[in-house]
Amino acid sequence: MSHHIIQAGNLKYTYPDGRQALNGVTFQIVHGESVGIVGANGAGKSTLLMHLVGVLFPDEGEISVGEVPVIKKTLPVIRQSVGMVFQDPDDQLFMTTVYDDVAFGPRNYKLPGEEVEKRVKNALETVGILHLMDRPPYKLSGGEKRAAAIATVLAMKPDILVMDEPSSALDPKSRRRLITLLQRFAHTKIIATHDLDMVLELCERTIILNDGKIVTDGPTLEILTNEELMEKCGLEMPLGLQGCPVCGAKKAT
Amino acid sequence: MSNMIASLYNIRLLDELAEKRTIIHNIHPLVKVFTTCVYLIVTVSFDKYELSGLLPLVFYPVIVIALADIPIVPLLKRMLVVAPFIIGIGLFNPLFDHSPMVVLPWMQISGGWISFFSILMKGVLTILAALVLIATTGMTRIAAALGMMRVPGVFILQLLLTYRYISVLIEEVGRTVRAYSLRSRGEKGIRFSDWGSLTGQLLIRTLERAQRIYHSMCCRGFAGDYNAGSEKRIQIGDILYFAGWGLYFVVVRYFNIPAALGSLITGVGR
Repeated sequence: MSHHIIQAGNLKYTYPDGRQALNGVTFQIVHGESVGIVGANGAGKSTLLMHLVGVLFPDEGEISVGEVPVIKKTLPVIRQSVGMVFQDPDDQLFMTTVYDDVAFGPRNYKLPGEEVEKRVKNALETVGILHLMDRPPYKLSGGEKRAAAIATVLAMKPDILVMDEPSSALDPKSRRRLITLLQRFAHTKIIATHDLDMVLELCERTIILNDGKIVTDGPTLEILTNEELMEKCGLEMPLGLQGCPVCGAKKAT
Repeated sequence: MSNMIASLYNIRLLDELAEKRTIIHNIHPLVKVFTTCVYLIVTVSFDKYELSGLLPLVFYPVIVIALADIPIVPLLKRMLVVAPFIIGIGLFNPLFDHSPMVVLPWMQISGGWISFFSILMKGVLTILAALVLIATTGMTRIAAALGMMRVPGVFILQLLLTYRYISVLIEEVGRTVRAYSLRSRGEKGIRFSDWGSLTGQLLIRTLERAQRIYHSMCCRGFAGDYNAGSEKRIQIGDILYFAGWGLYFVVVRYFNIPAALGSLITGVGR
């Protein structure tokens, strides 16, 4: 997997209850790109992310990561290459200490003890919570939990980072720290979120999903400033680009 | 209701205690599991009318609790949960077994009462030993020890996931009950008519949560084998710990120390 190109061709997926979540999604993401996936609730963002790590498989169409198709047989390779940060960090932190949680992935890949320790400490240092390594995860604050969840993924040394609502339930300072942290990563990043201001800062490309279809796919600034398009997709322009709430003056774009 | 929610936070106490660093915590988990197994076997092997012989076995949990710096009250509270079951098992002994066992000038104690207290004591000691093992080792390290004992992986996984899901389930119960109590106008408990939908909701939510946790495990390479990390090697101190307690248990099993001490002091045995 030298070039971490993600290709999705005509992805279709219907949940067992009959709700069609993806209805012909096609895109290509190249190495090093930062892509924001936005859309209203129920647009199919999380379902799409689940397809990238092989938690769900498409009913129709295909998806591949670095020319390896995402199928049951290739999951160990795919999951080593694609790291997924879940929406709720509590789903991702299930061991008794932060250290054990971060070590869970490397240990599953049967890495030697010293390598596991090195990776865990590096990952925790990168997200700035090395001092919390012996703490039980449920005692951490929301921001610390998010950082720990990201560290659990970083310890796997993935090429591609996939994140579902990484800034949800974070206070402003924790959110800012997260954005600064993600800006430092050279990974290919795919971020599904409602936080359009974060997309504006982090992603040069944006894909808007609506009713399981891609409505538009292009440069972030161009898309997020298109008021009519955003309105049509049940979204609104990022707060940072809206007018001043006090004097009503339009912000220059 | 607030009690119930507070108890959610207590459930993790054993895990937190297991993270301490004391002389007992540092002993190899395999050695502690073996020592506990021997202790359990010795404790339950005593005759049903044997009470005085069991007394010296109290020293094991007491000494370990003291050395491991574990607060005793939370452990005793957990024992209370199991107490009704132990009492239930031995309850009928005094009713059916009237044969006098101990005859004192002012009273007679029947065999039923002796066996009842023997069951009670065995129950208390075995449960305390199990709790002490968890509180000084932690579930993940116990799992690692079981792995070293070549226990099939599927059983270890079952144990760990069940243990993990207890807290997942309780968290969901806590949230549901809190939401219910806020809208139930100060009623105590949950109305009978709401039990069905509440349990149904709880089941679905817990299953969904469990599935999300499972997915996140799979995304990090989980393939059915649980790797708790490599344990340090067994040291000479670990062997001495096991040998010391093992010897003590064997002595306690074959010599009735309290009776011997009693006869030594009173001179009756001479």
